[in-house]
Amino acid sequence: MEVVNVEKLQGLLNSFANKDIYLHLETTNGAYASHFDETVFNAGAFIRNIVIQYELGKVAGESPHRVGLKLPHGWVYAQGITHFELDEHGRLLMAGHDQTGKLAVALHISEMPFTY
Amino acid sequence: MTLTQERHVLVVFPHPDDEAFGVSGTISMYIKQGTPVTYACLTLGEMGRNLGNPPFATRESLPHIRKDELIASAQAMGLTDLRMMGLRDKTVEFEDDEKMVQMMTKLIEETNPSLIITFYPNYAVHPDHEATARAVVRAVRRMDENLRPKLYAVAFANNTKDDLGEPDVVHDIQEVRDQKMGAMRAHISQTAWMLAEMDKRLAEGEPEAENWFTYERFYNYRWHEDFEETF
Repeated sequence: MEVVNVEKLQGLLNSFANKDIYLHLETTNGAYASHFDETVFNAGAFIRNIVIQYELGKVAGESPHRVGLKLPHGWVYAQGITHFELDEHGRLLMAGHDQTGKLAVALHISEMPFTY
Repeated sequence: MTLTQERHVLVVFPHPDDEAFGVSGTISMYIKQGTPVTYACLTLGEMGRNLGNPPFATRESLPHIRKDELIASAQAMGLTDLRMMGLRDKTVEFEDDEKMVQMMTKLIEETNPSLIITFYPNYAVHPDHEATARAVVRAVRRMDENLRPKLYAVAFANNTKDDLGEPDVVHDIQEVRDQKMGAMRAHISQTAWMLAEMDKRLAEGEPEAENWFTYERFYNYRWHEDFEETF
């Protein structure tokens, strides 16, 4: 993965617009967050291999960036995006890594289903 | 130290690297003694958060890396019966509970263990650990009491010592130091920061770090204080 280049990422988001795409979206602070610090409220969400179509995709702000997808009847967004790549299977992978390199958020877009 | 002779040891954990810090010495000792050991690992740790900064892996490539690390860990311990059970990280507790018990029952029937090592229900912190522990305990509970294998459980919740006291099974694993070091290093994608800290502490001669290569500790599962009445 490489650090987000807004222009490059915006071009990639445009290339998936108005197509059926498989979505992976997750946010996490880790299963051990409240084990290591009992004051932490552990919350996260995960969704994978949901088919959507978006009419507009936009990367916003300075790093860590926000990425939003406008759907005909709704929205998808992620905040904290720091890195991205178009992988060898043509999937657009976006991720937010915290200061220690741990993944905090992931937003993936693919024309083919992701593995299980 | 020689560990109590067993017919077959079955180890059940949900994540590659769950065995590394607390059990790899024990696994290596049994293998060295000629006891057959099966390690069933339920997921490939797909949801691991350590991907490096700059990242060396993506969410999508991580399972491939962790599968290779798991195989390398097995090789370091001398383990030949490694079973990858095909579940997904962080979803074990959402699987059908009866299906999970069946998975464990099948493993027990196939390997006929005299000892099973897994997590201790309610003291295992991670939801996948808890779901794994519950499934194993339920599968063993269904067996005739006289035929049940022993159950050693790993517990590390913050309230473990308050509730369970000190572990009642302690293995001196000093003679397999190299194997344990190999297993811990095999999972480098997830353990790098811990290993860096450990190397520093070992160099400074801290007894706590040395402890990892001296003892491994377990609780015999307390059937008289079973975590649930029935399933």
